[in-house]
Amino acid sequence: MKQLRRSMLFVPGNNPGMVRDAYIYGSDSIMFDLEDSVSINEKDSARFLVYQALSSLRYGKKERVVRINDLTTGLGIKDLEAIVRAKPDVIRLPKTETAQDVIDCEREIARIESEAGIEVGSTHMMAAIESARGVLNAYDIAVSSKRLIGIALGAEDYVTDLKTTRSDGTELFFARNMILNAARAAGIDAIDTVYSDINNEEGFIAEVRLIKKLGFDGKSVINPRQIPPLHKEFMPSEKDLQKAKAILAAIAEANAKGSGVASLKGKMIDKPVVIRAERLLELAQLAYSMPVEEI
Amino acid sequence: MQLIKNGICGTMESSDIMIRIEPRDNGGIEIQLSSSVMQQFGKQIEKVIRETLTDLDVVNAFVKADDKGALDCTIRARVNTAAYRAAESTDYVWRTKE
Repeated sequence: MKQLRRSMLFVPGNNPGMVRDAYIYGSDSIMFDLEDSVSINEKDSARFLVYQALSSLRYGKKERVVRINDLTTGLGIKDLEAIVRAKPDVIRLPKTETAQDVIDCEREIARIESEAGIEVGSTHMMAAIESARGVLNAYDIAVSSKRLIGIALGAEDYVTDLKTTRSDGTELFFARNMILNAARAAGIDAIDTVYSDINNEEGFIAEVRLIKKLGFDGKSVINPRQIPPLHKEFMPSEKDLQKAKAILAAIAEANAKGSGVASLKGKMIDKPVVIRAERLLELAQLAYSMPVEEI
Repeated sequence: MQLIKNGICGTMESSDIMIRIEPRDNGGIEIQLSSSVMQQFGKQIEKVIRETLTDLDVVNAFVKADDKGALDCTIRARVNTAAYRAAESTDYVWRTKE
């Protein structure tokens, strides 16, 4: 079954309280961070804490992601040696610029899986793209490994690389579209960047509406307060749900009569309309954890 | 594991435990614990500290622990980090999760 990734919550890897409580906030994924939220002097303690937490705590159905340090720093490989053995669902690679970055990381993961007696290929990956070079290589990155479940935009580093700053989203328009199209062409998820102005809920919701319109699967979040409004915006309305059900009923009826095309209230229903209705109901089914008939 | 200096890890924040490990030549492992949940979990915290050090082959050490309600996994993480720091070692041994 498809994994929902409307919200991917960053949790500082060296904060025991937040590591313990991360599952209660209702995000679809939890991303334990060993990178930017951990000071250079505490990289070892964060690695031990996340390793121990993944080895002993249960996070229910939440997807468990670990953001490691960049492999070029020498810290990333130390992170992998520990974290792969704790069997997270996904390793998030930061600052991905080329397909080779993903391939290099994958090689290390495969080696560690093999040494540790873990099924080779069972650890998934996602790649964060945070530079102009990475954005221009987005498609090559997206198809570089079968382990990749998604690519994500990391906007803070990206806008710095572009010599601009974050504002109303204009500065991210190209990167978002590149990443989204690369992800779709590769058949993987596209995850938007964090919105760091925690107290500006209006601005956050406007950004969520924009990225949902573009087609993103979800967004990274840095504060649990952002999860409920994010999920609300990503959920279909009651009206949309009923319409989707009516579309699927109409096409089922047409199929039963030997036709591939149907009409509903004077509008033609063809394959793309059916696919969109199916996706919408799948999203609702996953989010509510109940069969379509009961939604 | 050979300890060669004092190793410290953890904070005084809620849900954490501050561990200070001091090397010594004999006397086994001695633990001086203060905890916000001493009555309920004092023995369990000491047990986890002792087990973690034994797993690391630490035979003699003085451990000062200030606990603020840490889970067992947090205690294990902090003791491991403090011990490796005390040994000035980065030859970490990671076991595969069952």
